[in-house]
Amino acid sequence: MRFLFKTSYAQELGLFRDNVQRNWYVALFAALLVLPRVVPDYVGDISLVFIYGLCGLSLMVLAGYTGLISLGHAAFLGIGAYAHVFFAHDLQLPWIVSVALACVITAAAGVLVGLPALRMTGVYLTIATLAFALIIQEIFSRWDRVTGGLKGKPVDKPVLFGFSFASELAFYFLCLAVLIGALWLTANLLRAPTGRAWVAIRDSEIAAQSMGVNVAVYKTMAFAYSAALMGVAGALFAHKISFLAPDIFSVLLSIQLLLMVVVGGLGSLHGALYGAVFVAILPVLISQARDAVPAWHGLDRFVKQPGLEPGLFGLILVLFILFEPLGIYGRWMKVKLYFAMFPLYKRATFKRQKAYMRSERLR
Amino acid sequence: MTLLEADNLAINFGGITALAGVSFEVGAGEVLTIIGPNGAGKTTIFNLVSRIYDPTRGRLSFCGEDITRVPPHEIARRGIARTFQNIELFEHATVLQNLLLGRHAHKRSRFVEELLFLPRVRALELEHRGAVEKVIDFLDLQPYRDSLIVNLPYGVRKVVEMARALCTQPKLLLLDEPSSGLSVEETEEMAFWIQDIRTLLGITVLMVEHDMSLVSAVSDRVVALNYGLVIAAGTPRDVQAHPDVVKAYLGG
Amino acid sequence: MDTILQLLLNGLAVGCIYGLVALGFVLIYKATELVNFAQGDLLMLGAFTCYMFVVWYGLGYWAAFALAIAIVALFGAALDATVLRRVIGQPQFAVVMLTIGLGAIFRSFASITWGSEIYTLPTPFSARATRLGGVTVSHEYVSIIVGTVVLCAALYAFFTYTRVGVAMQAASQNQLAAYYMGIPVKRMFSLIWAISAGVAAIAGVLLAPVSLIDINLGFIGLKAFAAAVLGGFGSIPGALVGGLTIGLIELFAGAYLPHGVKDVAAYVVLLVVLAVRPQGIFGAVGRKKV
Repeated sequence: MRFLFKTSYAQELGLFRDNVQRNWYVALFAALLVLPRVVPDYVGDISLVFIYGLCGLSLMVLAGYTGLISLGHAAFLGIGAYAHVFFAHDLQLPWIVSVALACVITAAAGVLVGLPALRMTGVYLTIATLAFALIIQEIFSRWDRVTGGLKGKPVDKPVLFGFSFASELAFYFLCLAVLIGALWLTANLLRAPTGRAWVAIRDSEIAAQSMGVNVAVYKTMAFAYSAALMGVAGALFAHKISFLAPDIFSVLLSIQLLLMVVVGGLGSLHGALYGAVFVAILPVLISQARDAVPAWHGLDRFVKQPGLEPGLFGLILVLFILFEPLGIYGRWMKVKLYFAMFPLYKRATFKRQKAYMRSERLR
Repeated sequence: MTLLEADNLAINFGGITALAGVSFEVGAGEVLTIIGPNGAGKTTIFNLVSRIYDPTRGRLSFCGEDITRVPPHEIARRGIARTFQNIELFEHATVLQNLLLGRHAHKRSRFVEELLFLPRVRALELEHRGAVEKVIDFLDLQPYRDSLIVNLPYGVRKVVEMARALCTQPKLLLLDEPSSGLSVEETEEMAFWIQDIRTLLGITVLMVEHDMSLVSAVSDRVVALNYGLVIAAGTPRDVQAHPDVVKAYLGG
Repeated sequence: MDTILQLLLNGLAVGCIYGLVALGFVLIYKATELVNFAQGDLLMLGAFTCYMFVVWYGLGYWAAFALAIAIVALFGAALDATVLRRVIGQPQFAVVMLTIGLGAIFRSFASITWGSEIYTLPTPFSARATRLGGVTVSHEYVSIIVGTVVLCAALYAFFTYTRVGVAMQAASQNQLAAYYMGIPVKRMFSLIWAISAGVAAIAGVLLAPVSLIDINLGFIGLKAFAAAVLGGFGSIPGALVGGLTIGLIELFAGAYLPHGVKDVAAYVVLLVVLAVRPQGIFGAVGRKKV
């Protein structure tokens, strides 16, 4: 069991708890640098994991830290994607400028959604974001001039500073760099007063207000920042999938994003990344499990049906909510605690108390 | 010097009149207690001062400025802090994180600076931490610094709630039933702390309280409320002997 | 004038369906404060079950109808008893995610059991119409409206003249106190889920002749949200009024506004209501007492 000996306030301000944790992350970074050499076939898939990680980060800031659950984040992804493609291709702007503009536009859309959201609480906000996403999806289909409508829009590979990032390897490093940048910025915000204000809004709006937090401004800021991250993710996503169509950015994608943060573990940046890995790996696992099922009374035909996959996602979501609401990160923390407290770990440490329903209407 | 002045405050909730015209003054450096039976409107006054509710009639002024229509988050910046009757702490955060939120009224860093965590932000964070540690020392909360609120006993939570209010460095502290749920020893400690807050920190205190021994020990003046109206005001002894107050508590 | 009457009739019929689904939402919300995102999928299961009894097993329409309602209602109660009871006390989003997950499971189950094509349900009302003046009164639409009226009357009687309604409200506001008062809270919740699922099944069967049956039938639930919010999320008459309003708005938008507005009209109304008057027409906004 390790004991953390603190000698100065500045120690608690750092991004890492101590040098040991920092070294682990440096090792992880080194591993990621070398990974393309080790598994060259999967480089494209891992880039997608990084993009999902960025999306998870965005939703984690909004849902995990500020407590505003959004069922419409796929719309922001789409706005970022279409905006970037419009600026980069139709207007031939440099790549960085295009991404920056896409980021700003998506942030503006976030503010637009956030403003009416100030007056809504809890599930009303979720429903409002859902409605917003459905409206945006319809706009994607109708606004032919910018989005190519239902025909779709092809996307070229990115070109920065004259270098083409067309190769999978270059794109991999680009996504990794953007993800690390976003993680650093977000971690900075979360250890500063803004992050504390966000968490305060999640836990008790009235107390936050009494301590001087302008709830309206901070909620809007949360929406804007979350949407800005989604805008950047959308730009990278557009390059990854090479062809934009309105039905990609559907409610199902929003649900998948939310599943990512819930399964990963709400309330921590690690959770966003675990969730991204999970959501990216799951289809691969499912298809491999399907191939492994024996041809016993037609069971292999049964599991190969196309309608089964969304049901499996739903089942996993339900099982996580019922049995591990803290997500993968929560489970990892519990495992670490078990080994840290060995052999004194009590099984009842995390047993949930019998809870009675409070009236959430009066929050 | 009058710090807070309430002038004919009244508020209705639908058909219920919670306050029917209440006027009182809180002088700088004094401890004023509001007493009264349940439902008299005491916490409603606090909610009006913290601007959670809007009054139907009447005016509130603080340090000479009218605060009747000021937005709720402005109140902390102006120097009024409060505790809540049912503790409104952030359950799954540590004591330290709760107290650091109390410093939000003194936030001087901007969003972009925080995004990049510039050295100025780091220096300000250390300053906030220093201020919070002073409050922790004052209220002897050192052993609980890193505990989650959800793991703390009720008495300690009440103290943390008060500490969080103190972290805003207020001029006026509103304490809503500070001794409710506390044992006899904890109530005595609370009395000492309220006296220290007034004498050592120079903070004016406006309290709502039911425990008459605490009221007598700590208050300079008392205001008695019943059915949304002031029925008596004066020193603790005068008010407790007042016939209307006796009737309100014991029935007539 | 005739066009307007025609639109009115169609709009009311569609609105009735939205109203019924919204009614299901509101019933569960009023009693348990959970928002059931799988309500539309329960509607879909009801429609499919009735289809199965009529087409696969050759039962008569009314027998199949009754069986479908009973089975889906029981299923709703079982769902509450096994799955939903465990998330009581957890924050709202956990329940939202849970019901979304359940909805996905229902859709998957439907596609495996009945297939992912589009099916038609033969009913006594299909493709029959009467002409009244210049208006074509389709029997399917009339059946929807009549069915809704009958159902609402029955529910009203149930909630007004029995103690169950009051008991349900008590259980929703303070569960622990309701236990102490001797209210069988768990049974109350299962009962309300059964009623809500039954209402969804009825809506599904009524809707089936109008909008053919397929696994995505449940997405009508999203528009029913708009209806529930418009009427006020805690109000039962509000759900119906909201549904009728949205139905009328949709049809008139389809007739008079540019192409494509009809599909999003409900969502635009939803956003406007949430921005301007979040409590809807009949609802009331509660506030935490500190």
